[in-house]
Amino acid sequence: MTGVWILVAVVGATTILLKGLGPVALGGRPLPPRLLGVVNLFAPALLAALVVTQVFASQQKLALDARVVGLLAAVAALVLRAPILVVIVVAAAATALARAIA
Amino acid sequence: MGRLAPIVMSITTFAGSAQFAAASIVDEDGAIAAAIAAAVFLNMRYAPIAISVAPLFRGPLWRRVLEAQLVVDESWAISNRGGGRFDLGLLLGAGLVLYPVWVLGTVVGVLAGDLLGDPERLGLDAAFPALFLALLIPLLRTRTSIAAALGGAAAALALVPIAPPGIPIVAAAGVCLIGLRPS
Repeated sequence: MTGVWILVAVVGATTILLKGLGPVALGGRPLPPRLLGVVNLFAPALLAALVVTQVFASQQKLALDARVVGLLAAVAALVLRAPILVVIVVAAAATALARAIA
Repeated sequence: MGRLAPIVMSITTFAGSAQFAAASIVDEDGAIAAAIAAAVFLNMRYAPIAISVAPLFRGPLWRRVLEAQLVVDESWAISNRGGGRFDLGLLLGAGLVLYPVWVLGTVVGVLAGDLLGDPERLGLDAAFPALFLALLIPLLRTRTSIAAALGGAAAALALVPIAPPGIPIVAAAGVCLIGLRPS
């Protein structure tokens, strides 16, 4: 049980540090121009990486499963210009349906 | 993990994926060191993410550190205005809504998890990628942002089989060095 509390303490402290470092070092000032070109691309690159890892990765394996059905349903909803909340519900429902059938 | 530890962890570590990863390793009787490493790897993306919103945080040190804790994938993505600009109100607002929901959700999960059953049965694991996709599409207006998205996705997928979870996302941030401007 002690191990679990060490885990809670270490991960908590590290996370606070990782989130706080940038704002402490750079807070309130515009980013250096050289860095700005890199930081502008964080959003598309990280969002794309989050999408593909959350859909195609199971731990350290690549997998095609019901989540892909959800992603395709989300794409269809986005093409039809559905609001974000509808896109999310459609993706979850399609994945749940695919799991229920499989 | 017991009952109290997950709740304390939700309060002190506001970052879902790291907590899920650590909890699943502990539940399978994995080493504590492995659980810590997995969680820290998963949260390493918050270093670049926090740098991208750093200009928003003003005022004394304690306030900047505190406000930065409200940065999670969802609040960060929602506050993105494109072109490297972020909205502080949206970021803090989304964070302040998500934080109590996250902590209360953990309490409910600990007390009544068995009653709720498997969240995957409801397809909830497909909800967040759908949100992230919906937030990604409007950003793909320039050639460099499309290149960054494709490069980030490719780097992440390529690293999944060979690197511990979390590293593929950090590598996607590394791809953004293509945006380095000559000084």
